[in-house]
Amino acid sequence: MVVDLPTGEQADLIFRALADSTRRDIVRRSTGGDLSVSALAREYPISTTAVQKHVAVLERAGLVERTRRGREQLVQSRIETITRARELLDELEALWRDRLDRIDELVDSNEGAEQ
Amino acid sequence: MTVMSVETDVEALELRITSEFAAPVDRVWQVWADPRQLERWWGPPSHPATVVDHELTPGGKVTYFMTGPEGERYHGWWRVVSVDPPHGLVFEDGFADDGGEPDLDLPVTTTRVDLSASSQERTTMVITSAFGSLEAMQQVLEMGAAEGMSQALGQIDGILDGSGQD
Repeated sequence: MVVDLPTGEQADLIFRALADSTRRDIVRRSTGGDLSVSALAREYPISTTAVQKHVAVLERAGLVERTRRGREQLVQSRIETITRARELLDELEALWRDRLDRIDELVDSNEGAEQ
Repeated sequence: MTVMSVETDVEALELRITSEFAAPVDRVWQVWADPRQLERWWGPPSHPATVVDHELTPGGKVTYFMTGPEGERYHGWWRVVSVDPPHGLVFEDGFADDGGEPDLDLPVTTTRVDLSASSQERTTMVITSAFGSLEAMQQVLEMGAAEGMSQALGQIDGILDGSGQD
């Protein structure tokens, strides 16, 4: 799978977020979207507050999102969403490149230009 | 081809593609403003477009259908949000039913076109296309694929080879 790298500030946030092994693990575990912050905290020898902070860093980088279910906060990885969006934008780009090729040909040939 | 840059904003589900043409702004504007020219490039060669209504005024509508190899028709529409000849326009576009009436259950794309002179005889065109949601984008591209758009890439080569222009 080819993943385009984002540039600038967003890239900084993503690289910093993924520089930590606990945070990488949180992203891996949260693909199902039904893990709460407290359930995640039980997986690591750190406090719930520390897990909250890790999740907040990942959220700022756009890698996970938090949703509320009752009193719980659920963590959902956004990796698949981002990958899918990229694929779809690539398809849209191909569609417009085809159209631009045809416009180019039309303008070049000067067919249909005002007589 | 003359694509200068492509920017995508994954969060905003937006594509911005900047291209340059070896023609003045007024000439490039005609490919949008003249329905007969719009027909020449909107659909792929396998599914040419026929433009029915073409009102490039704020709130105006453009309606068209594309005809497939078996004679099947795919209808579409634009609603013009704003227009500033020859500098550009903003329009929403979507799909229509077999009678040509807008099908509002299907997603709508918003596209912005900006034309500017990069030199006396060259025009820069910036196309910005945005979707409301990931699901909407997926649906539009699936419909586009049904209309054979994705096959166009191969077909365009044949046309360019046979065009004999210099």
